[in-house]
Amino acid sequence: MSKPNPADRKYSKEHEWAMDEGAGTIRMGITDHAQELLTDIVFVELPAIGKKVKQMEPMAVVESVKSVSDVFSPVSGEVIEVNKELEEHPEVVNEDAFGKGWIAKLKMDDPAELNNLMDAARYTEMIKEEKH
Amino acid sequence: MELIFEKSRPGRTATTIPEADVPEVAITDIINKSLLRDDVDLPEVAEVDLIRHYTQLSKRNFGVDVGFYPLGSCTMKYNPKINEEVSRLPGFTSLHPYSPVKFSQGSLQIMYELRQYLSEIFGMADFALQPAAGAQGELTGVMVIKKYFEKKGQKRTKILIPDTAHGTNPASSALCGYSVVTVRSNAEGGVDIGQLRELMTKDVAGLMITNPNTLGLFERNIEQVSEIVHRRGGILYCDGANANAFMGATKPGDLGIDVIQLNLHKTFSTPHGCGGPGSGPVGVRKDLVRHLPVPRVIKKGKRYDWKYEFPDSIGRVKTFYGNFNVMVKAYTYIRSLGPGGLKKASETAVLNANYIKERLRAWYDLPYDRICMHECVFSGKRQVKESGVHTSDIAKRLLDYGYHPPTIYFPLIVPEAIMIEPNETESKETLDAFCDTMIAIAKEAKENPELVKSAPLTTVVRRLDEVKAAREPDVCWGRV
Amino acid sequence: MDYVPHTPEDQRQMTEIIGIKTVDELFADIPERYKLKGLLDLPPGRSEQEVATLMKGISSRNAVPPITLMGAGAYNHYIPAVVGHVISRSEFYTAYTPYQAEISQGILQAIYEYQTMIAKATGMQVANASMYDGASAMAEAAVLAAKTLSREKIVIVRSVHPEYRQVVGTYAWANGYEVVEIPYGKSGQLDRDALSNAVDDRTAAVLIQTPNFFGVVEDIAAIEPMVHAKGALLVSAFTEATSLGILKPAGEMGADFVVGEGQGFGNPMNYGGPYLGIFASTDKFLRKIPGRLAGATVDKEGKRGFVLTLQTREQHIRRERATSNICSNEALCALAAAVYLVSLGKNLKKLAELNIRKAHYLKSRLSELAGWEAVFTAPVYNEFVIHCPDPKMANRKLEAAGIIGAYDLEKDYPELGNSLLFCATEMLTRDDIDRVVSLVA
Repeated sequence: MSKPNPADRKYSKEHEWAMDEGAGTIRMGITDHAQELLTDIVFVELPAIGKKVKQMEPMAVVESVKSVSDVFSPVSGEVIEVNKELEEHPEVVNEDAFGKGWIAKLKMDDPAELNNLMDAARYTEMIKEEKH
Repeated sequence: MELIFEKSRPGRTATTIPEADVPEVAITDIINKSLLRDDVDLPEVAEVDLIRHYTQLSKRNFGVDVGFYPLGSCTMKYNPKINEEVSRLPGFTSLHPYSPVKFSQGSLQIMYELRQYLSEIFGMADFALQPAAGAQGELTGVMVIKKYFEKKGQKRTKILIPDTAHGTNPASSALCGYSVVTVRSNAEGGVDIGQLRELMTKDVAGLMITNPNTLGLFERNIEQVSEIVHRRGGILYCDGANANAFMGATKPGDLGIDVIQLNLHKTFSTPHGCGGPGSGPVGVRKDLVRHLPVPRVIKKGKRYDWKYEFPDSIGRVKTFYGNFNVMVKAYTYIRSLGPGGLKKASETAVLNANYIKERLRAWYDLPYDRICMHECVFSGKRQVKESGVHTSDIAKRLLDYGYHPPTIYFPLIVPEAIMIEPNETESKETLDAFCDTMIAIAKEAKENPELVKSAPLTTVVRRLDEVKAAREPDVCWGRV
Repeated sequence: MDYVPHTPEDQRQMTEIIGIKTVDELFADIPERYKLKGLLDLPPGRSEQEVATLMKGISSRNAVPPITLMGAGAYNHYIPAVVGHVISRSEFYTAYTPYQAEISQGILQAIYEYQTMIAKATGMQVANASMYDGASAMAEAAVLAAKTLSREKIVIVRSVHPEYRQVVGTYAWANGYEVVEIPYGKSGQLDRDALSNAVDDRTAAVLIQTPNFFGVVEDIAAIEPMVHAKGALLVSAFTEATSLGILKPAGEMGADFVVGEGQGFGNPMNYGGPYLGIFASTDKFLRKIPGRLAGATVDKEGKRGFVLTLQTREQHIRRERATSNICSNEALCALAAAVYLVSLGKNLKKLAELNIRKAHYLKSRLSELAGWEAVFTAPVYNEFVIHCPDPKMANRKLEAAGIIGAYDLEKDYPELGNSLLFCATEMLTRDDIDRVVSLVA
């Protein structure tokens, strides 16, 4: 069973989360449900600092032994920090997807885009429906 | 088992180099010291230790000569020994590729005639033998398509590929600058004709199909498929990985196929060598011959020669002429079997696959229940639902019974896929014993699922930690 | 001769279980009008004995030359008997790619050992399980560099093997990349001014070969900074693997990729194939390089074992986003190379020295002839270019004696005029060389 989806952040339909950290920046990662589907993550290809992305465009890649999945950016903006820890320890995403397993921080182009994302309750509902 | 490096002892050697019979000159007088290196740190072992090392390794390896190898889409048929023996004749092994043609008429004859035989078997105008393997043949085939449209001055940017396709198809297309559009399968496992019609627009270079497809099913609507693709000026490409299904029964060229690549190491019995060498000839329809790679063997009277001047060729994809020694084996095979033998091979391969399908259908789900060609695809869904035993567990359990497992989790559209290709060279007793084992495992999965999940129990190593291998890659000894 | 074991009774029982009367019914999905009515138009099948005779007859239309003076990408070396013995074990040659690791530990360990030996020989950190040949390895390195850097220009030196340049050209054309050729200088080494002019911030890779097509050893340490200054990647190739036994490896001098032809390590010339492409890189490209990789790990009881690893790089998982479509490689040829390297061990250097000495002797003797003169001044390994009055006549005289002559450079390098590329390996005795010199004199 995946961990509950924290209410302090927003969710995309591609299973990313975005947490508003103020000053027009967000921290993002993949959800616990996503890491569960992917199984053991063996590699995370982090974006370059300064990379500019549009909302729901691929920005990073996570790999398990037998699969490769894009990570989509929950907002448009510029990558300002990445979680270097994941280069050596990709398993942190499996262990703590909502916390230590964050992937990147972005400076948002338009904070209003957060409204395009789901809240925790709706995301929880969505993954429940997917299972059926 | 120890690594060869761990067996190394300074000062040992398995070979001696002849003393120089030419005047002694200091190497540093010929090549500056700054360009020279220290010794390469290679293992130092005696010859007997070398032989024992590799003999022990060979005993930890499973080949067709060890047991039944029903690996779907890989055509692991028996590799006749005469092929190996003649391929080792000094006339075939010891000749330099740039030898004058008068010294190499035998090699040229084999290549020339092999092209003719393949053209006849597959109904194509000609074949190029240069590609080293199926995937390179496929890349060459897509390059031919690209060149064809380039010469016609048409800009086409997409290639259509069914959702059942092998991963090389999209990869080859992308390497030629095409974007890949997926065509879904219909309920009976063939190309969805309605969707194909929609997708086959003027900017599509062609459709890459595999026929029979990776579900082991012959494309019943092949005439319609061909008509739709050709009406829009597209090229119909066939991945010939499954050619063992129809030799002597039908010709792809007659079915409207414009380009096909083969795998001599599948269909024509050349051994796979733990992953290669293969050989991937490409056959094309008449107006595409001019785009094939160079050089090509030509025949003037009784003499064979090389011809390099084909201005519309895609160029060269490999040094020299391809994997010549593999071609010798395929040629020998065709000469042994003849037209009757090839037909019988395909008929029997299809018979064997349908026999296995009938024998196992009560025990495993059969997502596409119709006559199959040379392979049949089951799903392990029932086992997952009933006892949590996955296809990968069933495969590992087969190892305990002395079999190489079928291909699993492919094609991607079948969940928990089990793809069985028995080949024509297996006896009824072998097929029966395999089916009995598959049935026994189905029963084990119900009664003792933990046993199946913990397999293999009898191999030299147990299940290996692939996650560790990928997270902490150790691909070079002594560097981690 | 066919290899189908079924008796008529077997077939009867099988068709009965399937529920058909004849095997023909299994081909019902093939539209009737496309079914072949008669047999294919091919020579009739034969018994094994007849086929053996036939094939011996064809092989005898090939010469087995007593002396080969041709190198140019394929080399005549002595192959220790152990090599043929090991690769003839059918547990190896009749196996498929080792996807089922538990019953493929033999080849997986052998490939892991091969990768290690190749990494050591090339001075690199990583080597894959093999590519098709040296040329396709070079082309794949160029494509990988372009995709990694998102740059579309490839610089290649004219002294790279002509067929390698053609293969690179084909792969580059397919991908839409530009290829710029730069000249070699008077010494036979690449022209550094031309290199420095050609490399810019659009350049993905610089492709060089050492020893180059003329046998000349390049000075990579001097080239490397010029390539990296513009952020491009250096791909250093070789066609003569045994040179790795004595020449400082490109990996120790800053190359990003070392690629080349491994045939010289224990594989016969086979009229051009199968050979094996060697592909090695720095650690940085570990998760991007093409082809298969065997990796060490442990089983559930903690015992060391080997698997194919980092498979997400490959086409069967990454599909259209893979940087290469390679699937089959040349595993058995790589096994031969591994056995060869184990057999020679530290003697690889001695063998390389012997090659240098034989070539030096042949070059010195030919240079004594009137009108024969070495073309390049830079040091060479076991090949060299020599200018002579009439290359075609020289080769005709050698051919008349059953000898495979030297490579005539006229077709690929018209600017070199009457020049031949000779190769001398350990297979030539002093008597052979003296005979060759007297024949062409």
